Amino acid sequence: MNNLRRLIIKGSMAASTLGVAVSAGLLMPTTVLAAWPAKAFGAKDMTEGLANLLGSSEMMESGDISIKAPEIAENGAVVPITVTATMAGVESITIAAPNNPAPLVASFDLMGGAHGYASTRIKMGKSGDVIAVVKAGGKLYTAKKGVKVTIGGCGG
Amino acid sequence: MASKSIKIRAKFKDGVTTVKALLTHQMESGFRKDSKAGGMVPAHYIQEVVCEVGGKMVMNAHWSGGVSKNPYLSFKFDGGEGEKLKLTWTDNKGETDSAEEAIG
Amino acid sequence: MTLSRREFLHLMGMAGAAGLLPGSLRASSQRPTDLYEIPRFGNVCLMHMTDCHAQLNPVYFREPNVNLGVGGALGKAPHLVGNAFLKHFGVTPDSSAAHAFSYLNYDAAAKTYGRVGGFAHLASLVKRLRAERGDGNSLLLDGGDTWQGSGTAYWTRGKDMVEACNLLGVDIMTGHWEFTYQDREVIENIGEFKGEFIAQNVKVTEEALFDYKFSDFDGFNEDAGLAFKPYTMRTVNGVRVAVIGQAFPYTPIANPQRFIPDWTFGIQDERMQAVVDQVRSNEKPDLVVVLSHNGMDVDLKMAEQVTGIDVIFGGHTHDGMPAPTVVENSSGKTLVTNAGSNGKFLGVMDLDVRNGKLQGFQYRLVPIFSNLLKADPAMQAYIDQVRAPYKTQLEEPLALAEETLYRRGNFNGTFDQVICDALNKVNDAQISLSPGFRWGTTVIPGQTITMENVMDQTCITYPETYRREMSGADIKAILEDVGDNLFNPDPYFQQGGDMVRVGGLDYVCDPNQSFGKRISDMTLDDGTKIEANKKYMVAGWATVGSQSPGRPIWDVVADYLRDQKQVKINKLNTPKLVGMKGNPGLEDYPAA
Repeated sequence: MNNLRRLIIKGSMAASTLGVAVSAGLLMPTTVLAAWPAKAFGAKDMTEGLANLLGSSEMMESGDISIKAPEIAENGAVVPITVTATMAGVESITIAAPNNPAPLVASFDLMGGAHGYASTRIKMGKSGDVIAVVKAGGKLYTAKKGVKVTIGGCGG
Repeated sequence: MASKSIKIRAKFKDGVTTVKALLTHQMESGFRKDSKAGGMVPAHYIQEVVCEVGGKMVMNAHWSGGVSKNPYLSFKFDGGEGEKLKLTWTDNKGETDSAEEAIG
Repeated sequence: MTLSRREFLHLMGMAGAAGLLPGSLRASSQRPTDLYEIPRFGNVCLMHMTDCHAQLNPVYFREPNVNLGVGGALGKAPHLVGNAFLKHFGVTPDSSAAHAFSYLNYDAAAKTYGRVGGFAHLASLVKRLRAERGDGNSLLLDGGDTWQGSGTAYWTRGKDMVEACNLLGVDIMTGHWEFTYQDREVIENIGEFKGEFIAQNVKVTEEALFDYKFSDFDGFNEDAGLAFKPYTMRTVNGVRVAVIGQAFPYTPIANPQRFIPDWTFGIQDERMQAVVDQVRSNEKPDLVVVLSHNGMDVDLKMAEQVTGIDVIFGGHTHDGMPAPTVVENSSGKTLVTNAGSNGKFLGVMDLDVRNGKLQGFQYRLVPIFSNLLKADPAMQAYIDQVRAPYKTQLEEPLALAEETLYRRGNFNGTFDQVICDALNKVNDAQISLSPGFRWGTTVIPGQTITMENVMDQTCITYPETYRREMSGADIKAILEDVGDNLFNPDPYFQQGGDMVRVGGLDYVCDPNQSFGKRISDMTLDDGTKIEANKKYMVAGWATVGSQSPGRPIWDVVADYLRDQKQVKINKLNTPKLVGMKGNPGLEDYPAA
């Protein structure tokens, strides 16, 4: 089901049709719900979640991915993460925090001239790595950056 | 199209459109204890965000409840000058909202 | 006159010892004709004050006997105390300089040399140096932590200090505790400040940019997202000087984010490099300096990482360093200073800048002995006037100090112990926690502790106290968390505060361990072991996350002092240290 939906979404014609259908209220919400890769995002283990989402857990560390994140989070509930991937043919950027109860946080499928760039804010319950996985040319690449989450206070 | 929950800034410069969007949503992960009622606060979060430009999809995001409250997202794509951009989110309860913005 | 001329000559001359270039040695051998005459050198004079913590009047301030350096910082400036400090910088023991820079023989020396600092005395020195260097040949830089630290600053929301700095003629400042007022107050105070407020590392959050409430503020740059002007260019004696601001990177972590929700900080050394490069190519400066509130360890690392900076004028960690540290990086050398705290010192750097380059320098960290510098009448009149409405409150006598009460040091100072004991007694708690701030003035034996002394130790904009149950595991987690802010071997993870102060609790600390493993053997004062799952009643103050429900800490401490009448510390809850034997950042420590 999920794979099927993902295939549909990759085709821009089908996707735009779907978009129109959603905004016009033609589709029941449950139809959209089915699209969300529940198994991947529900996984307690990051590797399992990534494999489920991206079809493989084989990935190479890459210097072409940069993760911008604070050394120490100003607020663990709002950690700004920006991933930039400079390799050719970026299809998706996935952001994960292995120490979170559900490690897979966000996945951005990029198409139609979209750059290898995604920025958002994530929750981090405790210190740990932020992992970026980039799919490009059918292959998976990864990079990580540590973010410290502290109790705060008592400074200065 | 007016939207209560979506703010979009889409700027075209040097052949590239940069989109910044701010969504109003509680993003309840389902992993937070309810200190008053006991148990866990039920999950309620955006699961999908779709962005279309001129009817063509450029970005389709899937999220867990690990994205922060009142989510912010930014992405970039080639072209887009003078076109209309449409952003739609849908959450795990089936609620949805959509907004359009002219690329400036 | 208690300071001998010979002593003073030594004090003034020794900072040249670590000179970068031959010029500094030549100049320091010239003989001054009076105590505060600092021989001219070069063509540009940069005066630097930092972390005065709103101390308008002269105070006592005891330097630490514990300032541990671990990892790469072991045995290096600023992690030196007492005799090790004197030896490193070549300061004569038992001299006025030894008193200014170290805790040694503190009680007697404080009586001999008297109070330090005070804006009226500082103003006299600044005026004199300005006149001697010649009109337009100097700048006065303020590294921040200026608007907070005294009762009057708290009650006037920092405005007493803004005006005092205007009178003093501060040209450029950056900040940290300035950001503990509400954001609109910060913007308002900057508006009243006649100098420039700069910070390259404060951005408006992406969320806030959608509808930014200070979008018409002068320093705001929408395209860059910067909340304040990142740098400024000044022409000093014909020399083009770039001054880049670096606010305290961890302000929203160490202090409440709720007062400044739209601003985001961080070290941002990549942006710093970009700003330096941009300034160097666009502005064609002869000299590039950074006015920093990073803290000295962070500045030392930043000086290694970022190239193209001539001098970093540093603060935050309150390290009174008689000489700069010279840091080599891939493209040259950067001088890193730190100018102490509480108005005790003025950093004076005379620079020889020719042919678009720094050719030599001379640096002195000049102690402000208020007995030796006449008070500037205009500044004194201003101070008296601004204090007048609060005079009765400030001068209320509370108790008599039977020993020196101080804060500064990695672990509990005696004044911290008073605060912790007060929290436990007034709130009927077993354990108390108090923040490891580095500000807070000293009371010497025989002095009456006034409300002003209590305010000097406690006045913050989030002073509310709490009393709540915590498990042994919770308490350990707090100690470990703060311990890592202090002892993480990577300076970029240090926040520049000292260890959280504790009352009723003893523990063992091994600073060389990694996160989560530094704290062990926690016991109550009576020796009972703290158990991870057991609950303990804990009292504290200064909660960063949200406002606590209790009375302000100064009321709690004042109640306790009125009740005690005389103050002598029965037990100092400092931890037993492991692995710190022979560390030159530790002297006269009771439980080593």
